[in-house]
Amino acid sequence: MKICVTSQGNTLESQVDPRFGRCQYFMIIDTDTLEFTGLPNPNIDGMGGVGVKSGQLMADHGVKVVLTGNVGPNAFQTLQAAGIEVISGVSGKVNEVVNDYKQGRFGVAREPNVDSKFGMN
Amino acid sequence: MIIAIASGKGGTGKTTVATNFALSLKGGVQFLDCDVEEPNAHIFIKPHITDKKEVFIPVPEIDESFCNACGRCKEVCAYNAIAVLGQKALVFQELCHGCGSCSYFCPQEAIHEVHKVIGHVERGNNRGLDFVHGILKIGEPMAPPLIKAVKRYVNSSKVTVIDAPPGTSCPVIAAIKDSDFVILVTEPTPFGLHDFKLAVEVVKKLTIPFGAIINRSDLGNQATEAYCKKEEIPILMRIPFQKQIASAYSRGELLIDLFPGYRQRFHRLFEDIKNSI
Repeated sequence: MKICVTSQGNTLESQVDPRFGRCQYFMIIDTDTLEFTGLPNPNIDGMGGVGVKSGQLMADHGVKVVLTGNVGPNAFQTLQAAGIEVISGVSGKVNEVVNDYKQGRFGVAREPNVDSKFGMN
Repeated sequence: MIIAIASGKGGTGKTTVATNFALSLKGGVQFLDCDVEEPNAHIFIKPHITDKKEVFIPVPEIDESFCNACGRCKEVCAYNAIAVLGQKALVFQELCHGCGSCSYFCPQEAIHEVHKVIGHVERGNNRGLDFVHGILKIGEPMAPPLIKAVKRYVNSSKVTVIDAPPGTSCPVIAAIKDSDFVILVTEPTPFGLHDFKLAVEVVKKLTIPFGAIINRSDLGNQATEAYCKKEEIPILMRIPFQKQIASAYSRGELLIDLFPGYRQRFHRLFEDIKNSI
């Protein structure tokens, strides 16, 4: 299954990026094989609607679960509509997060945990 | 002739200058409060409101029976207001700028536009001054379409005084664009100067003639004066700090009623501006 962890760098050793829409990289990881693609975020400097656009990107890549620090309302709604599970409040290294996820240590978010434009600064 | 009052930094005295300036001029003057997120000129002008009109923007509505989720709408949307997920297009109305691209390009003709109310415009008058202001709906992020709706009332046979919003972003551009002159109100503090410089850059970019009014001119430091001198920005007026001005403002009273001498000063300022453009 494909999951995505937002990341500050392009390796599994990188730290989780606390922003969803404006993260540095989307690390798209196959939980079975641990093969991954580090996708530079094309929306990082977007003026607005970045959460929607990044959510769309997750859907287009067939991601089933997103693990990140913070998710705003528009991103959350987009991911929900795409049937993608959201796990927010995540921090640490990407590979640790993947490991914790596989051990079932995270609960699924039921709502956004930050407001619009939170990731602007 | 259109004269806009802007500032960069908020709270420098835009509305004080704009209202007192407009009421100091005689005959054929209209006042447009374009600070639609927080209009407050009416507190000082006290207009008798004669009519009220809703302002809306067109937003897309998708007919799911025609939509085949091709994704063209989300590709053409410059504001990321549409996502297409699985077989469904999802519209984020609050991100929509009402440009109409999605409905224009939809190959299935599945999108039509519906009206979304973003606020309203009120018109009135007092003391011989025509008054218009826009009031943005609470929670509505899209100020420029409402500002443009207020500016549709610009009457070219009159002197139009525009009270602009603070800042230097889209709403400010929408408010001061097409003006003949911009008065930038600033205060001689580090914050005031910082934002004043940004506002100067905006006005220069729009190639509108402008000058500065320094409010509370005897407080703060000399850096604003020095900057104006260096940049050859005319200082149109200095308003020294006076507690009576602050307390009159807090009661919704006018500077020109408190100190009638300001009426002549503003009138002279208008003549100077008129002669300079």
